[in-house]
Amino acid sequence: MSAPLLSIQKLEASYGQIVALKGVDLDIMPGEIVTVIGANGAGKSTTMMSVFGRPRASAGKIIFDGQDITHKPAHEIARMGLAQSPEGRRIFPRLSVLENLQMGASVDGMAHFQADLERMFDIFPRLKERIDQRGGTLSGGEQQMLAIARALMSRPRLLMLDEPSLGLAPLVVKQIFEVIRDLNRNDGLSVFLVEQNAFHALKLAHRGYVMVNGQITLSGTGRDLLANPQVRAAYLEGAH
Amino acid sequence: MSPSMSITRALREAGFAGLVAAGLAFPILTLGTEMDQSNRLVLEQRWSWMAIAAALVFVGRFLVLAFARKPARAAPHTGARVLSPALAAALPRAGVIALFLFPMVMLFWLGPQGSLKWINNYGVQILIYVMLGWGLNIVVGLAGLLDLGYVAFYAVGAYTYALLSTHFGLSFWICLPLAGLMAASWGAMLGFPVLRLRGDYLAIVTLAFGEIVSAVLTNWTDFSNGKAGIMSIPRITFFGLPFNANENGFAATFGLEFQAIHRTIFLFYLILALALITHVVTLRLRALPVGRAWEALREDEIACRSLGINTVNTKLTAFALGAMFAGFAGSFFAVRQGFVNPDSFTFMESATILAIVVLGGMGSQLGVALAAVVMVGGTEVLRELTFLKQIFGSSFDPSLYRMLLFGLAMVVMMIWRPRGLISSREPSVFLSQKKNVSGALVQEGHG
Repeated sequence: MSAPLLSIQKLEASYGQIVALKGVDLDIMPGEIVTVIGANGAGKSTTMMSVFGRPRASAGKIIFDGQDITHKPAHEIARMGLAQSPEGRRIFPRLSVLENLQMGASVDGMAHFQADLERMFDIFPRLKERIDQRGGTLSGGEQQMLAIARALMSRPRLLMLDEPSLGLAPLVVKQIFEVIRDLNRNDGLSVFLVEQNAFHALKLAHRGYVMVNGQITLSGTGRDLLANPQVRAAYLEGAH
Repeated sequence: MSPSMSITRALREAGFAGLVAAGLAFPILTLGTEMDQSNRLVLEQRWSWMAIAAALVFVGRFLVLAFARKPARAAPHTGARVLSPALAAALPRAGVIALFLFPMVMLFWLGPQGSLKWINNYGVQILIYVMLGWGLNIVVGLAGLLDLGYVAFYAVGAYTYALLSTHFGLSFWICLPLAGLMAASWGAMLGFPVLRLRGDYLAIVTLAFGEIVSAVLTNWTDFSNGKAGIMSIPRITFFGLPFNANENGFAATFGLEFQAIHRTIFLFYLILALALITHVVTLRLRALPVGRAWEALREDEIACRSLGINTVNTKLTAFALGAMFAGFAGSFFAVRQGFVNPDSFTFMESATILAIVVLGGMGSQLGVALAAVVMVGGTEVLRELTFLKQIFGSSFDPSLYRMLLFGLAMVVMMIWRPRGLISSREPSVFLSQKKNVSGALVQEGHG
């Protein structure tokens, strides 16, 4: 078996006195979609954020593509081919859609900018219509598309998505998840997905982890987890 | 139209407002101190002033309550724009042309004596603040870093020229880039410790920095000659030709009759050029990755970091560049005045420059220029209102009411145009056509 693209080993992290992660182990293989599901405050987002050093890991290791990135500054990590669409989308509201996408390409330089831009318009035709509009004037779904497109502009090897379905209409959620699946199938993009929408996430992902109170309690293929009675009882009953 | 309130109720409320005004006016207006012949302070009582203030408030409040129609709560100005697009595009160009012609027109119209005041007090003075406003706009408007100590860099620039020219005899044209460089390195030096701070905390530290610089200049007398300042700083030369009556002076070389106004006109064009350089550099930078990174940083620091932006370097360049332009302006200030002392670099100056940026609409170049004209030009206009002395007595000095009027202007702005004079922002890059962003998207209170 090949080496994992991202490997999180015994990761611990805390916000001041509050311990958020109590030894998390997680691997993402190249070409894989991996999801972490769990309740509010379980530590899903913290796991993803600590890959970028906020909060810093207090113990454990984060290895990306064979390199230890546990103590690297965020911008250097981004330059290694790791892109994140953070929770709450965090697009730049006063910059235009085009400027937002240019910011995404900062790492890559402007070398493939035109080509990448065309590709984003193929994936998200809505963004092309809105190209000169301010980010803040987009609808929630469009903002999420923009956040994903912005992350993709750096030509990442691993895309990390934090709650892409947050606050979106079910139809839009479906659309976005289809885009993620296509990106993975056609381009071999590895995806690390943190979701509360467990049903959709597990259906999409190759493998999944269940997180409770800062620890991984269950892991397996997406299908297995979907069938798991514990998971069904805790996260799926009445969900979809 | 029915009055919005019954007359008796309006009278009662107006009476209350008048009482409040009287209470406020008592310590401010009624009690005044005067120096008598033996240099003692005597308390003077001016009850009539209090009565006038209270009466004005009473009448005004009554009229508003009784007769003013309640405005329908207006929808927020989404497309708030004072100017039509065509006019907005033409205005800057026309403004620049008008500025180039301004000294000539004045000279022709009022003669060398009469025009001096207009070119110097209005032209040069306003342009200094336009330049400072544009410089600070890089830090506050673009990068979103609230800097309350901007005047420190202005001081660094001024003292760089003052000291280098008086001690080492360096000319202005050598000192100008040096002053910019010096201020920029001080900007970077301030940048380092404050990188982790944002918003209010950043504002306090920059405020402290401004105070430290002025305290050092005041107290380190060996270095800066303290409050007494540095005198007889060499005057500006026309690229080496002094503006004097000698035969190797500017006037003689060009076969003109010597006049003091030549220097003032040259200073005017110099500060105009410096201000325009600031403007053009800002516009160019905004279209470059670093300018975009500044704006993105203002919007969302976390997103920036995750996109691979080195936030440390980005903030430092904003600080350093903003400071550099203040340094240029500072050395210009020193060569214009021929004298510097710490009194020119007080917190009031920082506040004025910041007020210009905020009133102008953060990030808007034209707005900042207009705000500088209003704020600085307004102060000068107050000096002109000498006829008021005939009404209020010879000791009445309208320019003392500057701050009161600034405050009033700020309050009025907050009500009518809460996001600055020009609250829309043109996108720096665009695909098919430019669209202005409405002021509604401009965040308030996010330094």
